[in-house]
Amino acid sequence: MKDGASSHDSQMFDCRVAFADELTHLARENEKIVAVCNDSVGSSNLGAFQKEFPDRLINVGIAEQNMIGVSAGLSNGGFIPFVCAATPFLTGRALEQIKADIAYSGYPVVLCGMSPGLAYGELGPTHHSVEDLPWLRAIAGLTLIVPADPTQTRDAVRWAATANVPVFLRIGRTKVPEVTPRGMPLRVGQADQLRDGSDVTVIATGVMVARALAAAEALAKIGIKARIINMSTVQPIDKETIIRAARETGRIVTVEEAVVRGGLGSAVAEVVVQEHPVPMRLLGVTDFAPTGNVEFLLDYFKLNSDGIVGAAIDLMRR
Amino acid sequence: MSDSPMTQPFPFAVVPPQTFAAVPSSQRAQMLALQSREMRKTILQTIAHAGLGHIGGDLSVIDILATLFFAVLRVDPDHPQAPDRDRFILSKGHCAVSLYTVLARAGFIPGAWLADFAKPMSPLSGHPNRNKVPGVESCTGPLGHGLPVGVGCAIAARMSGASWRTFVVLGDGELQEGSNWEAAMAAGHRHLSNLVAVIDRNRLQMGARTEDTNGLEPLADKWRAFGWAVMEVDGHDHEALYQAFTAAPDGKPRCVIANTVKGKGVSFMEDRAEWHHKVPNAGQLEQAIVELSK
Repeated sequence: MKDGASSHDSQMFDCRVAFADELTHLARENEKIVAVCNDSVGSSNLGAFQKEFPDRLINVGIAEQNMIGVSAGLSNGGFIPFVCAATPFLTGRALEQIKADIAYSGYPVVLCGMSPGLAYGELGPTHHSVEDLPWLRAIAGLTLIVPADPTQTRDAVRWAATANVPVFLRIGRTKVPEVTPRGMPLRVGQADQLRDGSDVTVIATGVMVARALAAAEALAKIGIKARIINMSTVQPIDKETIIRAARETGRIVTVEEAVVRGGLGSAVAEVVVQEHPVPMRLLGVTDFAPTGNVEFLLDYFKLNSDGIVGAAIDLMRR
Repeated sequence: MSDSPMTQPFPFAVVPPQTFAAVPSSQRAQMLALQSREMRKTILQTIAHAGLGHIGGDLSVIDILATLFFAVLRVDPDHPQAPDRDRFILSKGHCAVSLYTVLARAGFIPGAWLADFAKPMSPLSGHPNRNKVPGVESCTGPLGHGLPVGVGCAIAARMSGASWRTFVVLGDGELQEGSNWEAAMAAGHRHLSNLVAVIDRNRLQMGARTEDTNGLEPLADKWRAFGWAVMEVDGHDHEALYQAFTAAPDGKPRCVIANTVKGKGVSFMEDRAEWHHKVPNAGQLEQAIVELSK
């Protein structure tokens, strides 16, 4: 089973659609909500927003450093900016602005990173955003949310609009199924346990959550009971859930569509080694990617059910 | 902080913002010059006491700040977050002591705070923090950050239909940062006539002359090419600054190139690159204060 997600639910979604729809809906209720972009109306799916609120879409052109500063200024002037841009350029190009103008200055701007991870596939590592989680996690005062599906995406947009703190939302382009049980709201700062298990815990985020659920099915068939955690808030991280998993299952696999140096896996490991050390395996992107589409690349880096199953078995054999 | 030995040198009276806006121009220049002179002394004492600070740029920019705070900006120290206030951003955040000095004199912060500038746990850090210092709009320090934020403020005012204006003071050296030109392009494109960028054109950056490092000239032409109305003034002539800051808007963002002298007012500091962030010793401080008291 290469793509575990497809076995979990046949209907697949691009979270950018839910994001833009929710943002447009919120903008009808709150006239202070504005969208800011870098010539990214199409790639951020903001066409409908632009049509309905042409004066509230501020397109600064291809100039990300200015885009972040402008957003801080809009916040200073009383608006609630949702900054929508491809994640590699939003974060890497304007990292110092995110640090100084948004996080350190404390402006409640919502940074919406579109098409993160390996989503741009064949366009190559210049367009992959696999460093954004470590980069942003290093910055104090920034809440990092990686919604796993359209339901969480909508919840995250609604939360961010009123949170009054600087937020980064990682909005996936790679299609995912709904993984959130009906009626389970996004609780920022709290992980969701999607499946209980006593042998090993898999902590996943974003695109990888559906794949972790598929891996749990595969592991169950060989008698391994895997607990599945959706860590949708990467910062601040839910320490209690991590400590409980370490204590109760004794093994932890983390899996993320990002580099393994400094992202979700590192965040979990920081808690585990200090509070309740147990063996871990960290799955993620390990190098600049070769050429290939996103599905190929996720398989290439073993960011699939097979990869998670292999890591879990490896831990069981220790 | 009240037990600090440096509390006493800062016993100045508060001069509320816009105090000299309505007085006749002949008196205004004189009164602003007096404020600048006293603030130059405060800057020197603060930096000498703390043992650090960017003294040359503080002294070149202070006449600009005096004019803005005491004659132009519609700001209220009792309501520093009033939604309709004018926005002031010091993009050259390393000249924080000049900003703290004018904020203290205008009543935004206690004068006694200056005695603890850069001391452990002081709200007054080496670069200004908007969450700790009333009157600071953005945490500047890394260069090239102020103008983009100012552009956002100006867009916000326009979207709100509000009449408040945004002033950003930039160093000339920091114009080598590309982010300024991203912002300049956006402001010109949007005809942000409620935005004023003031360039403290002292012609020296940390290491050498701007023109020997990465030349800015023809500077006025550059801003004009980006869609700005440009005025060049003597940056130590308070009345010229006042007229430039209050001139009727003409449908474009305005760039005021204020030609200044780094270290202005102290003979041995003027136009000397080494006084970018050198700290005066006791003898030098005394001589500087004597010169400023003439």
